[in-house]
Formats: sequence, C-alpha cells, structure tokens
Amino acid sequence: MLENLTDRIKQIARSLSGRGRLKKSDIEKGMRDIRRALIEADVNLQVARDFTKGVEEEAINQKVYESFTPAEMLLKIVGEKLIELIGKVEPLKLDYQPASILLVGLQGSGKTTTAIKLAVHLKKQGRKPYLIPADVKRPAAFEQLRDLAEREELPYFGTRLDNEVKLCKQALTQSVLRRYDTLIFDTAGRLHIDTEMINQVKKIKNTVNPSEVLLIADGMTGQDAVNIAGEFDKQVGITGIILTKMDGDARGGAALSMRAVTGKPIKFLGIGEKPSDLQLLHPERLASRILGMGDIRTLQEKAEKSIEEEKAKEFQKKLKEAKLDLDDFLHQIKSIKNMGPIEDLLDMIPGGKDLKKLMDEKQLIRTEAIIQSMTLDERRNPKVLNASRKRRIAGGSGTSVQEINQLMKEYEMVKKMMKQMKGRSPSGPVLSGQGPLGRGPMMPPSFFG
Amino acid sequence: MGLREALKKTRSNLSKNIRNLLGRRDPSLLGEIEDLLIQADFGVSTAEQLVESLENVQSQDYYSRLEKELIYLLNEREKKKQTPKPPVVELYVGVNGVGKTTTIGKRGYMLAKEGKKVLLASGDTYRTGAVEQLSKWAKRIGVDIITSHYGADSASVAFDAVDAAETRNMDYLLIDTAGRLHTRSNLMEEMRKMKRVISKKREDLPQETILVVDASTGQNALEQAKSFNEFIGLTGIALAKLDGTAKGGMAIAIVKELGIPVLFLGIGEEEEDLIPFNAEDFVCALFE
Repeated sequence: MLENLTDRIKQIARSLSGRGRLKKSDIEKGMRDIRRALIEADVNLQVARDFTKGVEEEAINQKVYESFTPAEMLLKIVGEKLIELIGKVEPLKLDYQPASILLVGLQGSGKTTTAIKLAVHLKKQGRKPYLIPADVKRPAAFEQLRDLAEREELPYFGTRLDNEVKLCKQALTQSVLRRYDTLIFDTAGRLHIDTEMINQVKKIKNTVNPSEVLLIADGMTGQDAVNIAGEFDKQVGITGIILTKMDGDARGGAALSMRAVTGKPIKFLGIGEKPSDLQLLHPERLASRILGMGDIRTLQEKAEKSIEEEKAKEFQKKLKEAKLDLDDFLHQIKSIKNMGPIEDLLDMIPGGKDLKKLMDEKQLIRTEAIIQSMTLDERRNPKVLNASRKRRIAGGSGTSVQEINQLMKEYEMVKKMMKQMKGRSPSGPVLSGQGPLGRGPMMPPSFFG
Repeated sequence: MGLREALKKTRSNLSKNIRNLLGRRDPSLLGEIEDLLIQADFGVSTAEQLVESLENVQSQDYYSRLEKELIYLLNEREKKKQTPKPPVVELYVGVNGVGKTTTIGKRGYMLAKEGKKVLLASGDTYRTGAVEQLSKWAKRIGVDIITSHYGADSASVAFDAVDAAETRNMDYLLIDTAGRLHTRSNLMEEMRKMKRVISKKREDLPQETILVVDASTGQNALEQAKSFNEFIGLTGIALAKLDGTAKGGMAIAIVKELGIPVLFLGIGEEEEDLIPFNAEDFVCALFE
C-alpha cells in the first residue's frame, strides 16, 4: 500500500527538470504514480485513467510557481482536479411539503442505520422526520428500523402491509395528519441488483414522488462501485449518494468512481455506528484521503502566496518604470490593509497619515467604487479624466466630483512618494516584505523604502 | 445455483476480454491483462506480480500459465487438517454488513445435510434484528440456537454456547458475532476476549476463526484480514456475495499475503448457496 503519495512523487521529482514549465515527460512520470495511488484507493481503473489524462492535459506547459518544485506543482493540480471531480457540497433538496427521501442500496450497505442518522440530522435542523420501513418482503427489515427508531425516540410508520403502494399512501396520509414534514423511506435491499428489487423501488418512487433518491453505498467497495452506482442510477434514477463505513481505513476511492459514473453528488459520509455519525461531505478532506496525502490545502495556500508574490513583483516592475495605474493603487491599498495592524508603522513614514485615511473601511469602499466606475483606459491613464468624465464616474459610483478630485490628489501623492523612494534601497529598514508583517500578501519592499 | 452459473457474469467479462486479447500479439498485451486483473480487484501489486510471472511466456500460453499460477497459489495455502475433536467450534467474524449471519445459516444447512448435529449461537448482541435473523435461519434449516438478550456480554453467550454444545453432544457449533470495523480497537479487544473465553473452555477451541469478506470489497479487504488476523488469528476466509458483478479478486491477495485459505464461497441467498472452496473450480470459473 502506498503510504504517502507525496513522498513518492517527490522522489520522482528529483529527476524532473528544474523550474519553468511542466514538461510532458515529467508529467507522465508523475501520472503513473498518481494512477496507481488512485487504483490502490479503489478508484475504478477507467475513472483513474480518465482523471490522470485530464490532469495531464491541464498540466502540460503549466507555469511552475516560483516557490514550487515541479512535483509540488503537479500535486497541486492533481489535488485541485480531484476536489473538482468530487464535487461541491450539495445540501438535501427538500422541496415539497411533506418532502420524501428514498433510500436505496444493496443489502449490508447500511440503509437502515443511515435512515436513523438522517432522521437525527434532520431533527437537529428543526425538521420533523418520519421513518417508513418500506421493505414489504422482509419482516426483519421492519423490526430493525422499528427497534432503532424506538431507541432514538423517532416516529415511524408502524403498520405492516404487504403492498408497497398501499404502504406509501398510508404513510403519506399519516404524515399529513401528524404534521411530519420529511418522510424517509427505507427500501428493500438485495444482495444484488435484481428486477424484483428495482420494481419495488420504482413503485415506491412513482407513488411518493420523492425530492431525493439517495444511494447508500459501502465506502469500502472496490472496482464494482461503478456497476452498483451505474445500475441504480440507470434503473431508478438517483439524486445523490451517501457513503457508509467511512470510519475505517478504506481510502474511499469508490466515491470518485460513483461520482464519475453517475454525475450525482456525494451528500454525506457515514462515519460510525452512533446515530450522530453522519457527516457532510468535505471535498478537500476526501481528496486528501483518496490520495493518501494530507497537504493539498497547504499547497493551495502556498500557491496563493506565490501568486501574490508574483503580483507584487509585477508591481515593483511597474514602479521602477514609474507606472502606477489606479488598479495597482487600489490593489496596494487593500494589500496593506490585509497585512494587519500597521497604524503605528504608517505614522512613521512620510505621507503615512494620508495612506491611513485611505485604508479606512468606509473610505476604501468608496475608493473602490470610484475606480471601478472608470473605464480601463481611465484607470491606466488617469490624466484623461476631465470634468465630464468625472461627473460620469461620480454618478456611476454614487460619489461626488469632489471626492474624485480628493482621490486623485491622494493618488498623485502616493505616486510621488513612490518616485522618491525609487532611489533608495529596495529592502529598506522600515517595511520590508518579510519583516514583522510577514503574514498576508507580501508587500513590494520598495513601496515604503 | 452452481458456482459456474453464479460466476457467469464474472466469467463472461473476464474470459471474453482475455480471449479477445489472446488472438493478438502486441507489446501492450500484458498491460491489458494487468488491467483486467485490476478490474477484478486483484490489487495493483498482485496484478503486477502475476503479470511479471508471464514475461518469459509465449503469448498463446498466457492464459494457461495464469490459471496454473493462481491454482498453485490458492492450493499451496490449503491446509491439511487432522480430524478435530467435536464439538467443532467455528467463529465467524467480519466488518459490518458483509453477510456473516447469512453465511452461518448456509453453513449450518451444509453441515446438517451431511447429517451433522449443528448448534448456532448468536453472539451479535449489538445489532437490532441480528438475533431474530439467525433464529429464522435456525428454524429454516432445522437446528437449535443459543441466544441472549440485546446488549448482553457476547463472550458469555459464546461461553454458554460451548457449554451447551458439549452437553448436547453437538458435532458443530457456529458462532455469529457483531460486525465491527477492524480499526475499532475497543471492539477488536472485545472480540479477542470472546475468543479467549472460548479457549478457556477447551484449549483447542475454536478450531476455526473465519473472516467473512464481501466480494465487492476493494483493497480494504486485505487490511481487514490483516487486522483480524493480528487480533484473533484467522484460519480461513468465507467470500460472500460472489454472484453479482463483483469478482472477489482481493481473496487472492489475502491468500498470497497472509497465507489464510479461502474456505467457502457465498453464491446466492438460498440455503444451498454456500459451497466449499475449490481452487481449480474457482479459477476455472473465473477464466473459463
């Protein structure tokens, strides 16, 4: 078993060429390991292939961020693509009053336990769930749901009937009479997908017109996951998936297979035997788990920082050329603001007081509105702003011409300040990029000198 | 339902694909065989090793060599047993929902049909409905059962059951246990205690500790087997739910890595749908 994909990829990465752009040969080397890791996590072979192919296409010629090794860059792309494939968190859609949820799945997948967990979850959200044992063929199924419901003090439909249509109709009537707003139907499970089970589920579906049809599937399922999910979706039509038994050490690649083959969202994970052990999907966490690497988020953060650094460099370059357009101006004000408490420091530099004023929350909103009301051309070359343009901008941003004039004065002042600082050392003593203000986006050292 | 019929889906997928491959000669042939094995849940490393063993083989012999390799692998681990002293105690363990209770019901039927005196014991005092489910099986196959109430100490149920099996001169005692994920150490400890209590009664008991594995389980099956083996020592595997589209290839990995033999295959929901494992038939049915 691959313990740590990151280490493996990093090993390969030693042979990868240096910085710059990701090369095809490098990517292919990395993808072989990724594919292997995915299969070892029980992702279906075909799904794993399609996935790595997608990553390859995206990664080729991708620029490697400055602080990244090619391996990190590759892993970052893999992580992001995986999170994308796992999909977003989608809450239950309970449109009707009462709303019905159908739980379908194979025997042993954990339908009844999940029914209880869902009821507990919905109750916590202020809904009034009503459990319906809808397997008319197996009396044991009825008993199991009844016993669990009683233990959790959850209401259930307690009449035994041998006709599922009749059962559904009576349950619906009961729910209206007793004012339950969410019906959870625990349908029959079979060892395998057979016509009898499918027909039973279809009858129930046609009778209750459910808001959600959720496939309950064992999170430890192997390559067969595509068959199970594919068949249920084709024959019954599902709206989402709940993966159970995810509290073990299975990597849960079945999630990816099922998602890929049905396109339906993973809604919850079952993470234990207690009624409260139902967890909303965390795409990031699941991606980390499937890949067996814990640092997708770290890489993303690093990437964000890297982008900021590149932006800062760009800005510095513009400064050197004494070009500072209004977009840069706005970006810089925001960046400084994000750096945290800097009032004291601003007091120490010439023109700092004006800058402080600009960073006032209310003022910042107005500044932003003004700049965003300008055309691209005006932002790049503020000299073109004449009286009629200013009136237009004032109208568009809900400010006044005076305010625009004031802003332009401040802008010119900052620009002048920059020019003066140009001559000084780029990593001056007062505010250098990684000084005490090292958190948040990095400032170009020469902003303050 | 016979094994061949039960494995028809598995077989038709695998054999058709392998046959399609065998007519051709191209360098990617081995890679494609590897893919087929992976899709049957053999796991990457087992599939790789099997394919590596074919490297110096003519392509028209790939299939027969693969078959031989697998039969050898599966048979090598089959253990020779002395005739055990009755009652033979078989303890069934496994994660949740794999089909332990059903496997016991069918195993009881298999033994009863051979004329053996069989006693069942419901050691699953946790899952609601578990006792009822096994009681129904006992009634259906006409054997006795020892039960206890919900929440009772499962080890004491097992102890009482061994007592009963001895005094009633039973040939076999089949003990059901609550499903537990192999990562839950407290539940695994509880299982260890259960086994220890049985051994206290007579030190050769239980003669069999059988892990029931769902055939559709992926790579985690090996982790399950490793963990259960470590905690309580396994003597065999029962592969359940083999009649669907799942191939149960993880059984090969378990045999290969841990040397624990496959004893039974579950191939349906009826009482006769549990069959003793036979390597030739299994592999034959897989590739026929």
